[in-house]
Amino acid sequence: MNSMHYLYAAYIATWVIHGVYLAILARKYARVRKEMETLRK
Amino acid sequence: MKRGFTILAVVTAVLLCFGLYAALIAAPTEQTMGNVQRIFYYHVSSAWTAFLLFTINFVASIAYLLRRNTTTDIVALISAEVGVVFCTVVLVTGPLWARPVWGIWWTWDPRLTLTFALWLIYVSYLLLRRFSTSSQAAVLAAVLAVFGGLDVPLDYLAIRWWRGQHPAPVIGGGGSLDAHMWYVLLINVAAFVCLAWLLCIVRYRLEVLKREVEETQALESLMEAGR
Repeated sequence: MNSMHYLYAAYIATWVIHGVYLAILARKYARVRKEMETLRK
Repeated sequence: MKRGFTILAVVTAVLLCFGLYAALIAAPTEQTMGNVQRIFYYHVSSAWTAFLLFTINFVASIAYLLRRNTTTDIVALISAEVGVVFCTVVLVTGPLWARPVWGIWWTWDPRLTLTFALWLIYVSYLLLRRFSTSSQAAVLAAVLAVFGGLDVPLDYLAIRWWRGQHPAPVIGGGGSLDAHMWYVLLINVAAFVCLAWLLCIVRYRLEVLKREVEETQALESLMEAGR
């Protein structure tokens, strides 16, 4: 594998990790907000 | 508060874009390793951010053990969680840099081993927080965090104390980093610290809301039982 592939892989992996974490947070936030709205009703 | 968050989000986005451009295009190419050395800007920035977050976790855990305050407990929890994310980046980008440079993905060098141990300690911390049904879970986790926090300076100093495969430290390690490389590194450190701060704010709001929901549900259950 060309050394440039390792460079791209490292940068892509970094953004994938942060993206996955953000997606998990967004999903949890939506779920908790929904629960809160249900309780308010 | 909302305006401050928007400003921080914009500053973070600008710094991340500029940091990416600086790391991949503007920074000079290292003579021995070539372009693959550019992994350094994300690898080191993530490591410093993770160390900062684990230090915050250490301080917040001690504060929680002394005062049993909910805010310090939440700060400890979120700093550990976001710290694990950044530490994961370190553990993924490290081998991707090591393979073309050292010819191996991994070696049980003191720095690498201690970073892996640090990640394991904080993953254990989060698992304890997530799955423990004990009312003392926060206290037990805080005690674990105090021991985990001791691994941070050990990990940082490992490359000074023991000679291994890992390169010498950037600060005070005897090596000389080009002024342009320093500039690009600092831009990326600033970008990652801002990103971590942003993630901590979002995570803090989520945790507060989650606890409000749990308290309301507990209160409703009590009222149902009372009827």
